[in-house]
Amino acid sequence: MNELRFMDLKDKLISSFYAYEDHLQVTDQVHDVKVQAIKDFETLGFPKKKEEAWKYTSLNKLLKQDYNLFAQVEDALDYKEVKKYFIHEIDTYTIVFVDGVYASQLSSTTHDKIDACLMSSAMEKDKYADLLEKYFNKIAPKSGLNALNTAFARQGAFINIPKNTVADKPIQIINFSTGKENNLMIQPRNLIVVGENAQVEIIERHQSLTENPVFTNSVTEIFVDKRGMLDFYKIQNDTHHASLIDNTFIKQMAETHCSVHTFSLGGALTRNNLEFYQKGEHSNSILKGVTLIEGKQHVDHNTLVHHTQPNCESHQDYKGIYDEKSVGVFNGKVLVEKIAQKINAYQSNNNILAHDDATINSKPQLEIFADDVACSHGCTIGQLDEEALFYLKSRGIPAKEARALLTYAFANNVLESVKIGAIKKRINKLIANKLNVNLGFDL
Amino acid sequence: MLKIKNLHANVEGKEILKGINLEIKAGEVHAIMGPNGSGKSTLASVIAGKEEYEQTEGEIILENEEISELEADERARKGVFLSFQYPVEIPGVSVTNFIKTAINETRKAQGLEEMPAKDMLKKIKEKSELLEIKRGFLSRSLNEGFSGGEKKRNEIFQMAMLEPKFAMLDETDSGLDIDALRIVSNGVNKLKTKDNAVMVITHYQRLLNYIVPDFVHVLMDGKIVKSGGKELAHKLEEHGYDWIKEEMKMA
Ligand SMILES: Nc1ncnc2c1ncn2[C@@H]1O[C@H](COP(=O)(O)OP(=O)(O)OP(=O)(O)O)[C@@H](O)[C@H]1O
Ligand SMILES: [Mg+2]
Repeated sequence: MNELRFMDLKDKLISSFYAYEDHLQVTDQVHDVKVQAIKDFETLGFPKKKEEAWKYTSLNKLLKQDYNLFAQVEDALDYKEVKKYFIHEIDTYTIVFVDGVYASQLSSTTHDKIDACLMSSAMEKDKYADLLEKYFNKIAPKSGLNALNTAFARQGAFINIPKNTVADKPIQIINFSTGKENNLMIQPRNLIVVGENAQVEIIERHQSLTENPVFTNSVTEIFVDKRGMLDFYKIQNDTHHASLIDNTFIKQMAETHCSVHTFSLGGALTRNNLEFYQKGEHSNSILKGVTLIEGKQHVDHNTLVHHTQPNCESHQDYKGIYDEKSVGVFNGKVLVEKIAQKINAYQSNNNILAHDDATINSKPQLEIFADDVACSHGCTIGQLDEEALFYLKSRGIPAKEARALLTYAFANNVLESVKIGAIKKRINKLIANKLNVNLGFDL
Repeated sequence: MLKIKNLHANVEGKEILKGINLEIKAGEVHAIMGPNGSGKSTLASVIAGKEEYEQTEGEIILENEEISELEADERARKGVFLSFQYPVEIPGVSVTNFIKTAINETRKAQGLEEMPAKDMLKKIKEKSELLEIKRGFLSRSLNEGFSGGEKKRNEIFQMAMLEPKFAMLDETDSGLDIDALRIVSNGVNKLKTKDNAVMVITHYQRLLNYIVPDFVHVLMDGKIVKSGGKELAHKLEEHGYDWIKEEMKMA
């Protein structure tokens, strides 16, 4: 029965593609890529529960719904109403989409020293043809979800930081959904190219403004050239009706530093497929996350670090606090190829179950073919420390605040490595709001 | 200030406190001594409101109010303070943020505004100077990696900040070097007024040279078996506990 329903959405997607492909308004070249992609999706389909990587996360409920695939936004959003979703305390470039469509009045793009603009406009310009040819749809591996995104993606952010350039401001990519079109499926597609010895900081957020279900299947491809630096911050604090599959793929060359912080503080179902491919020596990958959820929320971190070159490092540090009936999944894979000697790969996943009904499935997967490597992983699952709670309470701090303080303390080292103060402050505030406390200080 | 009547308490189903009676008046210092495992820390924890310690009988009355049913944080906000024998390490929370939170939560509960940042800083400065605590120390994570002595000094710093009515010091002297013992005791004495009271738990007479008790009680096997003046501590230091056991047998 379920299988049949699966087929329904899949079939609907495929037939919609052919019926509406002229809505996609793309060049012939891209059109060919899309046609190939829908064929791939036809073969690969949605992930199945029997696949190892999807054992603990079922898309069943999401796939049972019907979605509007080509939303048309009529009214522009008022900045005042959505300002709170921006990191507005600092000056940034912003690339904003509403229901998958570019919102120019909310955006501030540039072609000055760097490019922070739209995929669609990049695709129209000859000067980017080379970059697109090299990287678009080349970094993301073949999968049903990626193919689906490639077929349907209409819009996204295009960021290009030329050689020896440091982006003068962080760049925010924000996807709003308004739900004017009932159930909505959006498939943003971003491409980020960081040139040799270039640097950029990026903030990404998906935010639903509606009670209607939203299903986002986002793909971000990132290429970081020699000695480049990328710091990426993902703020996932969506409504209980919004689900997100975030597929982010990073290919990094020699002597690069790439970090991704993922703050998963809300959403119905959130799945992060975050993959790093190291293609040069002395590169460093950093993956950090804080998950703090309750209710029936579900957050799945599925990470891969692929070490294919010697003398590289990777650090993964994911912290999770699960309350009520929420479910967490951590599936961290570290793959070290035979020639990748002298690798230092570290992975840690620490969890607190704040409620008897909460669940965490944590599974490290180390596949190491090189012999001279230092790989470590650790996973803990526990409760808040009762002795520590008593200590705090014995100083007059009420139970709720004491729990919050310990939760902060638990997540603190992930927050510490955030380089942008305004983001740190924002995450602090979001956590305090969630825990319903006002501690009067930031960690 | 504090009256304890026929206090019984269980830890994991086993009776540890077996009927304790104690009255501590405002302005007094009481010392509790007794062999290892006799229940001294348990007594302090039960008074502070540790949930795992089940009070099965008796009363704990703080300034005419029975507080047995109150949560630990409520007791603390009413002026009960415990300097722990083994302070817990809490990585990720700085001493300063911790103490600010504690003070402001207490003020909030009393319907007061948060303490203005300037006043807070002034108070922190004053109290850390009293206990000769270095600045950098206060921005470190609470108790994390603190030496034994630093932990104890930090406990008394918190006491100085919170200004409790009734403070219990559980083996605050253990781990302190000779100079630190003098500094910490001096700090405690400076905080002492005619309106508050202190209960010191210790194994050694040495501390009581600095913090001079009005009464000394001996706790054995969950009961107070002997009470006296400060000379009792000298006698214990010299002769140990055997003579008390003998006395008990005789009686
Ligand atoms: N959480 C616990 N679980 C089990 N037994 C406990 C627990 N806490 C205390 N006890 C027991 O209760 C008894 C009294 O312990 P307590 O710590 O009060 O002794 P104490 O007088 O403070 O000893 P010391 O001088 O060594 O500090 C001991 O036998 C101890 O093992
Ligand atoms: Mg003790």
